[in-house]
Amino acid sequence: MNTKKHILDLSVAQVRELSAGYVEIHLRAADGKMPEMLPGQFVQVRVDGSPETFLRRPISVNLLTRTGAEGGACCDATGNDGAADELWLLVHAVGDGTRALARLQAGDTLNIVGPLGNGFTLPAEGADARPLLVGGGVGTAPLLFLGQELAARGVRPTFLLGGRREADIMQLEHFRRFGDVALTTEDGSAGERGFVTQHSLWRDAAYTQIYTCGPKLMMVNVARMARERGIPCEVSLENMMACGLGACLCCVENTVDGHVCVCTEGPVFDAKRLNIDH
Amino acid sequence: MSSLTTHIGALTLKNPVMTASGTFGYGLEFEDLVDLTRIGGIIVKGTTLEPRQGNPYPRMAETAHGMLNCVGLQNKGVDYFCKHIYPQIKDIDSQFVVNVSGSSPETYAECAARVAELERIEAIELNISCPNVRQGGMAFGTTCAGAASVVKAVRAVYPKTLIVKLSPNVTDITEIARAVEAEGADAVSLINTLMGMAIDAERQRPVLSIKTGGLSGPAVKPVALRMVWQVFEAVQIPIVGLGGIMNATDAVEFLLAGARAVEIGTANFIDPAVTVKVVDGINEYLDRHNCASVEDIIGAAH
Ligand SMILES: Cc1cc2nc3c(=O)[nH]c(=O)nc-3n(C[C@H](O)[C@H](O)[C@H](O)COP(=O)(O)OP(=O)(O)OC[C@H]3O[C@@H](n4cnc5c(N)ncnc54)[C@H](O)[C@@H]3O)c2cc1C
Ligand SMILES: Cc1cc2nc3c(=O)[nH]c(=O)nc-3n(C[C@H](O)[C@H](O)[C@H](O)COP(=O)(O)O)c2cc1C
Ligand code: FES
Repeated sequence: MNTKKHILDLSVAQVRELSAGYVEIHLRAADGKMPEMLPGQFVQVRVDGSPETFLRRPISVNLLTRTGAEGGACCDATGNDGAADELWLLVHAVGDGTRALARLQAGDTLNIVGPLGNGFTLPAEGADARPLLVGGGVGTAPLLFLGQELAARGVRPTFLLGGRREADIMQLEHFRRFGDVALTTEDGSAGERGFVTQHSLWRDAAYTQIYTCGPKLMMVNVARMARERGIPCEVSLENMMACGLGACLCCVENTVDGHVCVCTEGPVFDAKRLNIDH
Repeated sequence: MSSLTTHIGALTLKNPVMTASGTFGYGLEFEDLVDLTRIGGIIVKGTTLEPRQGNPYPRMAETAHGMLNCVGLQNKGVDYFCKHIYPQIKDIDSQFVVNVSGSSPETYAECAARVAELERIEAIELNISCPNVRQGGMAFGTTCAGAASVVKAVRAVYPKTLIVKLSPNVTDITEIARAVEAEGADAVSLINTLMGMAIDAERQRPVLSIKTGGLSGPAVKPVALRMVWQVFEAVQIPIVGLGGIMNATDAVEFLLAGARAVEIGTANFIDPAVTVKVVDGINEYLDRHNCASVEDIIGAAH
């Protein structure tokens, strides 16, 4: 499915600091309406407050809440008055650009280009789908939106979220609205101790589809576990980007079909197409 | 409202703003975001006779006011372009120009000959200045004899407007410009990217897969402007100026230095609609300076 791309000046409705270095940014359009976006897609954000940051930064669509829609329920908890659609971004401040985004305040303007990329493959209507969504760190961002879309289709997903410590696992209250949640932390401060791939749910996993986003090594291991169990797996990559539009060819991943652009043919790939899975 | 029409040899552009090769895809990638018919010319991705995979990832590094790339001419080959891309762009009301590259004078010429058959493509831009491929590319663009050999081979098979894109990675760019003019080039465009590199201090390794890359963006503008100025004084053929143009004022500076048209590259990544803003800004500039035509300011700073 093709979504139309836009250049939008959005206003920052709210910025919530979730834990040290992680912020959730709520954005609204002047007319109150957000264009159609798909789970797994991203936007290219212009970073105005950082002279060091020349290029835009790709950030996943974390959630899209529509006024009056089912998913709107989760807005109440975070103070959306329901007056406008909201696009949420979850940002981990790792460098100059993302640190400048984390400094945004309500009332600021943020220029984005999007939605970009392909998005996750959703199960067919009425299918008996039991998806497992595996995320690590800020890679959980697109999985919230995916969970919302799955729930809206009557599918109850299982989320398996991992982090170094409890503070790295965010938006739990929202994930719990859409499905069952399992956790791992490396220090054991929340859920089971260890990595997502060591969680006990893998023992009797009867999932029909796995979706994963997070550090590359984690995704490689998740894709391997999926392959061993014969479960289809989609992986969301985070290659460095310049244009985000398929024009510069900077973001390529070496796939079984050669170099392909992550920004247009991805960021979501069938794990079988990637050379990581061998 | 002034006249923005400009001519590059036999090629007529409705305005002097084009997009730079490798930064605007085939235009189609930007269709949702900018009105392609308002752009004077669209120079498509570097195209070679055979398909190329380009260099390994990572191919990009951000720098102060610019970026380095080492894409290395990844493309699906000229036949793919003719068969699959050309039908999608041929009815769009802008001037599409194919950026042609090769590994020998023969492969440049063969690629150009195939593009010559496309009715709606009235010009090619010969890339003898790509710093990111081992064979060909910049190897031709850095010596007068190399540049002349490619232009000569292509001129023999390509009757339409032939623009030759020059490398800034030379001691004296005017020598190369004169050499390609002597072989019958209709115009020169300059500059391609400046060779550079980035090192990751933490990893203590080069950032780019092939270690070096081409620098583009506002960081290169003063160098580009100086070269356009020098080439304007050295050759008679039209000049297309580029390198770091971010807005209309930048574009006007290139026109004043002697360019008959400009190309916008890296700026498209920051603002995908920058081209039409530059067109509007040039128009506004001409009105403010009581110029009836863009021709009035070309080379006016000399
Ligand atoms: C499709 C896609 C979706 C993304 N979604 C999100 C998201 O929802 N939330 C979020 O916080 N981040 C996301 N990222 C990563 C984000 O784009 C980078 O963290 C950001 O570009 C870093 O910019 P900076 O200026 O802060 O850091 P820089 O100063 O540029 O770099 C700081 C550090 O971050 C690393 N880095 C830079 N770019 C990337 C990248 N693209 N991926 C991974 N590491 C990088 C650098 O190697 C360096 O070590 C996404 C990336 C992609 C490609
Ligand atoms: C990602 C990227 C890819 C490029 N690919 C090509 C190419 O295929 N052929 C070419 O002649 N120039 C290529 N260039 C060079 C640009 O066309 C232009 O000469 C250069 O970037 C300077 O202009 P700018 O500063 O406006 O970007 C490329 C530049 C970039 C940034
Ligand atoms: S980032 Fe430019 S092609 Fe993907």
